[in-house]
Amino acid sequence: MTDIAATPRRDAALTALVRHARYVIAENPVTGFAFVLFVLIVLAAILGPDIVPYNPLTSDTTQALKPPSAHHWFGTDQLGRDVFSRVIVATRLDFFIAVASVALVFLMGGLAGVAAGFFGGWTDRVVGRIADTIMAFPLFVLAMGIVAALGNTVQNIVLATAIVNFPLYARIARAEANVRREAGFVEAARLSGNSDWRILAFQILPNVFPIMVVQMSLTMGYAILNAAGLSFIGLGVRPPTPEWGIMVAEGAAFMVSGEWWNAFFPGLALMVAVFCFNLLGDGLRDMVDPRRRT
Amino acid sequence: MTILLDVADVSKLFPVGGGPGPLARFKRRYSGGPEKLPKVYAVDDVSFTINKGETVGLVGESGCGKSTLVRALTRLVDVSDGSIKLGSRELSLKPSRVFARDRDRARIQMVFQDAGESVNPRFTAFDAIADPLRRLRKMHGKALTERVEIVASQCGLPLPFLSRYPHQLSGGQRARVGIARAIAVEPELLVLDEPTAALDVSVQVVILQLLQRLKKEFGMSYLFVSHDLSVVRLLCDRVLVMYLGKIVESGPAAEVFEHPLHPYTQALVAAVPRLHENGGGRLRLTGEPRSPIDPDPNVCRFYGRCPLSAAMCKTTMPKLRSFGPRQVACHFAEEFLLVPKA
Amino acid sequence: MTTAVPALSVEGLSVDFRTRSGIVRALDNVSFAVDKGETIALVGESGSGKSVTAYAVMGILDPAGKITAGRAMLGGLDLLAAKPNQLADVRGREIAMIFQNPRTALNPIRPVGRQIADVLIRHGNVPRRDAPDQAIDMLRAVGITDPARRAKAYPFEMSGGMCQRVMIAIALAAKPSLLIADEPTTGLDVTTQAVIMDLVNDLAKEMGMATIFITHDLALAGQRSARIVVMHAGHVVENAPTEELFKHPRHPYTAELIAATPDAAASLDELASIPGALPDLRRTDLPPCRYSERCPRKIDACVQPLPRSTSASGHMVACWNPLPERIANAPTESAA
Repeated sequence: MTDIAATPRRDAALTALVRHARYVIAENPVTGFAFVLFVLIVLAAILGPDIVPYNPLTSDTTQALKPPSAHHWFGTDQLGRDVFSRVIVATRLDFFIAVASVALVFLMGGLAGVAAGFFGGWTDRVVGRIADTIMAFPLFVLAMGIVAALGNTVQNIVLATAIVNFPLYARIARAEANVRREAGFVEAARLSGNSDWRILAFQILPNVFPIMVVQMSLTMGYAILNAAGLSFIGLGVRPPTPEWGIMVAEGAAFMVSGEWWNAFFPGLALMVAVFCFNLLGDGLRDMVDPRRRT
Repeated sequence: MTILLDVADVSKLFPVGGGPGPLARFKRRYSGGPEKLPKVYAVDDVSFTINKGETVGLVGESGCGKSTLVRALTRLVDVSDGSIKLGSRELSLKPSRVFARDRDRARIQMVFQDAGESVNPRFTAFDAIADPLRRLRKMHGKALTERVEIVASQCGLPLPFLSRYPHQLSGGQRARVGIARAIAVEPELLVLDEPTAALDVSVQVVILQLLQRLKKEFGMSYLFVSHDLSVVRLLCDRVLVMYLGKIVESGPAAEVFEHPLHPYTQALVAAVPRLHENGGGRLRLTGEPRSPIDPDPNVCRFYGRCPLSAAMCKTTMPKLRSFGPRQVACHFAEEFLLVPKA
Repeated sequence: MTTAVPALSVEGLSVDFRTRSGIVRALDNVSFAVDKGETIALVGESGSGKSVTAYAVMGILDPAGKITAGRAMLGGLDLLAAKPNQLADVRGREIAMIFQNPRTALNPIRPVGRQIADVLIRHGNVPRRDAPDQAIDMLRAVGITDPARRAKAYPFEMSGGMCQRVMIAIALAAKPSLLIADEPTTGLDVTTQAVIMDLVNDLAKEMGMATIFITHDLALAGQRSARIVVMHAGHVVENAPTEELFKHPRHPYTAELIAATPDAAASLDELASIPGALPDLRRTDLPPCRYSERCPRKIDACVQPLPRSTSASGHMVACWNPLPERIANAPTESAA
């Protein structure tokens, strides 16, 4: 006989989550819309390179700078590459940057913050000083500095984004851990034989995570913008890799001469993605924060 | 009667305002000698025993130190001074930080006041009850499930409710989860911190009767902390009365309530609304309690608020003296002893 | 009961709440009256609707709540039908309320003396320059030592008991004719509770003020009020003078409530628990008597709408099969 109580428990948790998710989406159609958009973005990221009509890297200078048409929905860029294909394929890279940055900052900032809030004392002081140091810099300048020092790779962009967001996550996690430090269930966990680290990992963190999830979806939008910004000034991804930021940077030069589609469509994609993540964040907050539930 | 818990001269002091930071400590070291920091005497020189199979009540109002005392006894907090012996084992030696992993951890458990707060909102009832079994008894799989189900049934919690979360349970059901979790590891001493305070009176009855039944069945001893004197009177064999960190009176529960010897106990008993009396005694305490910060060791803690407040009370701290099964810390205890029961 | 006009007369009050999971019929046809200068208690467990009644009368119901029927006559004014400016005049001047948690009822960023002065100026017709001194007098009247200094203090600088006194001072500043006290001492130490209740009783007697005292503590209600109104699941089930209620409870729920109070029993085994549970007030098929499904005295007649029989001694019970009038003695009576 397997762990019978565990299965109904998991099922109960899942059905409750699904039911509540359905309620939130029903109450708030905007969240539903954002969710659909999110799914589309994920699909584009996963399937992108396989479904686009043209190879995003193939250049054909005879077709350069053609406006949007039936053959090229988003037109072509200065090297004759199909803008539509490049925008779709870029989704994968930008989405990866967003997800990786957020995962990294959650691990770094979340764990540091929770430890600081739970243990207090020197842990709190050290984490606090690190966060203060990071916040002393204008964040984008700091990101620029990190990438310039370590090199123009995707990993460094992810790292720079994570570092720049560290104080925010550490602060949120610390506040939540602090509130729960004295909670009855923490004392009960001690009585039940849990060491401090177990309490941190299994009692505090699961309670902190939902609140962080909201922040994480907002940070995803920021991460993409950050990468785009770095690429715009030449510190990001290197050509010919399709990435929305670079495409906007390269296309900006052509705006003046009337070839608007080069910069417009990647810019539109950027906007849609960030917009979607922000809306999703709002919806997630409604789902997760019991006080906002009516 | 064998003694299960022997508490001797336990004190717990807290530095006022959380203590000085490293800079202040540094300054103090250089400005000449360690000065005495102001301290809150939350628990001051408390001694008592709990016998096997006994239910001892602990009453006192907010600020009396019973919460701190309870946390010291259950080793969630370290004592500043004194000894806590469980059977033959001296518990105060091991710091509370590491006591969670101690082999005797299961011998003292606690039921909390608000079961809604004391169960992790992300845990189901099953998880909550299984946690101590996993950690302290290293149980898992089928054996774990069976044990959880047995304990839940003993506490009157229907098995389907095990998969529910705290917010899906009623107050009474949550209380049962809290009790089940505490008795799952078969403790010898169960500390109950106002377990029925948040419950309706009809639910309270059921839970109290459950606690009584469990105690008999498993031979546990109880330390029942409550501000509700009527409940303490029903459930407890003996009662300890605390005021500002000290025990001022102790004795058989019925006797202490019927014939209180300490002026504070008298005021406490007079203040409890009774069903079949109108108006109640007009023995009222005026003013605020004395400060618990660095109290004068020669002045009775109750001096000033006590209707007796004599000169002797200002110069000599009354000791806890025994009169048969009763103990009182008051210079005038003898006079109250002679007064016939009301 | 006197034939004079009561201070407050609640008639047929019904309140519904709109929630995500349906409409909760929180109150159904609640009626009771308070005479001038009388202290009554509204007693019930959680979910009985006692606080909802008070909030409805004061006009401070949650926006999700709707008054579907009834009147609350204060003097000649129906509070439930009054216009907002009429209500604003009456609240504070004629009818005041004190709450369970004084810290949430007090403005945290305003000194307490000013908060009392505000009421004096608005409702007490006190000129602005006299108000601060009168506020200090009020503080003294509620037993706060060194009132002149305390008047400048903020709520966070005071203890729970002191905040409760300040709240009473604010409520009584304009000498209202009716005070509603919603669990004012729940959470306070029992010694503080006694002092606060003494204070309210004394001031009420001095000012000839009527009081409605809401509590779940039957013993406390019995000690402090002349008459007790017992509520269950949004209904008034019994309404009688205090001694009469304890000696001869007629409604089965009242009898069970008394039997479940720890004070009533000599030992734990004697304590009785009330069978069953509160009915779900969202149901559309609620029986007319909301206690009938858990009542041991249920008879066939209990499916009919509730009767309301009042004896000559002013003892009202809403039951088809009440306990007999003179024979139902409380068990501890003989152990005097």
